[in-house]
Amino acid sequence: MIVAESKPIKELLEMVKDFNRILVVGCKGCVTVCNVGGAKEVAILASSIRISRKKMGREIEVGEHTLERQCDPEYVDELKDMIGGYEAVISIACGVGPQFLSERYPSSKIFPGVNTQFMGGAEEHGIWSERCAGCGTCVVHYFGGLCPIARCSKSLLNGPCGGSSNGKCEISKDVECIWDLIVRKMMEQDRLDELIEFKPPKSWMTARDGGPRRMIREELVK
Amino acid sequence: MSEYKSGSNLEKVLRAGHFAFTGECGPPQGANVEHLKEKAGHLKGCVDAVNVTDNQTAVVRMSSWAASIILLQEGLEPNFQMVCRDRNRLAIQSDILGVYSLGIRNMLCLSGDHQKFGNHPEAKNVFDIDSMQLIHTVKTMRDEGKFLNGQDIDVSPELFIGAASNPFAEPFDFRVYRLAKKIAAGADFIQTQCIYNMDKFREFIKRAVDMGLHEKCYILAGVTPMKSVGMALYMAKQVPGMDVPDTLIKRLRGAGKGNVAEEGIRFALEQIEEFKEMEGVAGVHLMAIEWEHKVPEIAERAGVLPRPTV
Repeated sequence: MIVAESKPIKELLEMVKDFNRILVVGCKGCVTVCNVGGAKEVAILASSIRISRKKMGREIEVGEHTLERQCDPEYVDELKDMIGGYEAVISIACGVGPQFLSERYPSSKIFPGVNTQFMGGAEEHGIWSERCAGCGTCVVHYFGGLCPIARCSKSLLNGPCGGSSNGKCEISKDVECIWDLIVRKMMEQDRLDELIEFKPPKSWMTARDGGPRRMIREELVK
Repeated sequence: MSEYKSGSNLEKVLRAGHFAFTGECGPPQGANVEHLKEKAGHLKGCVDAVNVTDNQTAVVRMSSWAASIILLQEGLEPNFQMVCRDRNRLAIQSDILGVYSLGIRNMLCLSGDHQKFGNHPEAKNVFDIDSMQLIHTVKTMRDEGKFLNGQDIDVSPELFIGAASNPFAEPFDFRVYRLAKKIAAGADFIQTQCIYNMDKFREFIKRAVDMGLHEKCYILAGVTPMKSVGMALYMAKQVPGMDVPDTLIKRLRGAGKGNVAEEGIRFALEQIEEFKEMEGVAGVHLMAIEWEHKVPEIAERAGVLPRPTV
């Protein structure tokens, strides 16, 4: 899933300080799963804004709505009859959400309510970590099913570097050295010969480096 | 002469079978050319080549290629270091051509410390290619006369290709294989991380010798004399991949106030003596960090002077 975290409430209040009618829009996709942008969080954020304004003695109307997904035009369409009544819209979906809203409703002022972090998963309840860098050409099979592009601080394809220590990365004791895991796993599986093989430079053309990406599946296009 | 890969002094010294002795000089955090010349001046005549670090520990300094050229003008042979953190493959290849064109003949290929350590932690890193691929890039440019895209180079950069090896990083069992991989990728010489745990290094070099790696590549053992107990503790605790045994820290402490630096030098000299006799070790890389003025004394006491001329 795409993992995000809430923007600090102070930052959000500052963003919308000039508006008195605000719509908070959630998403039932990834951000609901990582407890940051679903219906529950929409309600919490709306209340926080109301309370803060009340303390300031300023009137405010905060609307709440949660879409099935903000990354699909058919769901984004749902807002068409209500969005015009608000001066500002806070999207608490991943970074895709505010952009789909901005594109569909060009006259609305859209603000992001979360900071989108990475593509990853839940290690346990409340802990998420990165797994995929979206490079566009998956190579995890060379590395025991683990991705050094997303998970090595230097994206080394021929690691581990000299900074690997006690299974941790040189940048922080809180970051595991993925190459330590790769080497141990490949050695356990008796695949040292594969690991010793030189991995040539990767083409980043399919990654973000090749420019913004677009995918067309002809068989699905009407 | 043509049988040399680069014709660098370091290559000639190693090829002639001499025990090599290389040094290191970090460029200044500014354009202080005089200070650089002064630091490098201490190394003149004491070492076969001087490593010029490339924004080491991710702290911005004068560029390694420019500092290398200054050393060259001062009559020293630079070992130009390049890290993959700050350049993509376009910049890497053009810098390789550039340094060769200006007279540089040795190049050490490194991944580079992560920028998080340095003084610009907000920076975006590159890591388009890694150190292994950098070694292979230089070799391809030199021996096949090709760029990474397969296009021909009109005049190839004839560089003596160096790489680093850290016998003390983990997983230990894989380290000698990674060394083998660097040699297969094209490394002509290896400079190791600073060695303090001699037992572990003996085991590492034994494995390298068993695999015949010392016959395919020159391995220079890394030595950094400890200046103080504080430095030893810092290296032990703060520098990832560094292995400083407690016995050494105890020994330095036992030397007593005012004598620690001398004890650190003595330990380094004992190491150098052992390396001279150690099968698989072709020389020593002395990294006297901000202690360049001590290099002549260390070289003298280590019995490696005068340096051979080949």
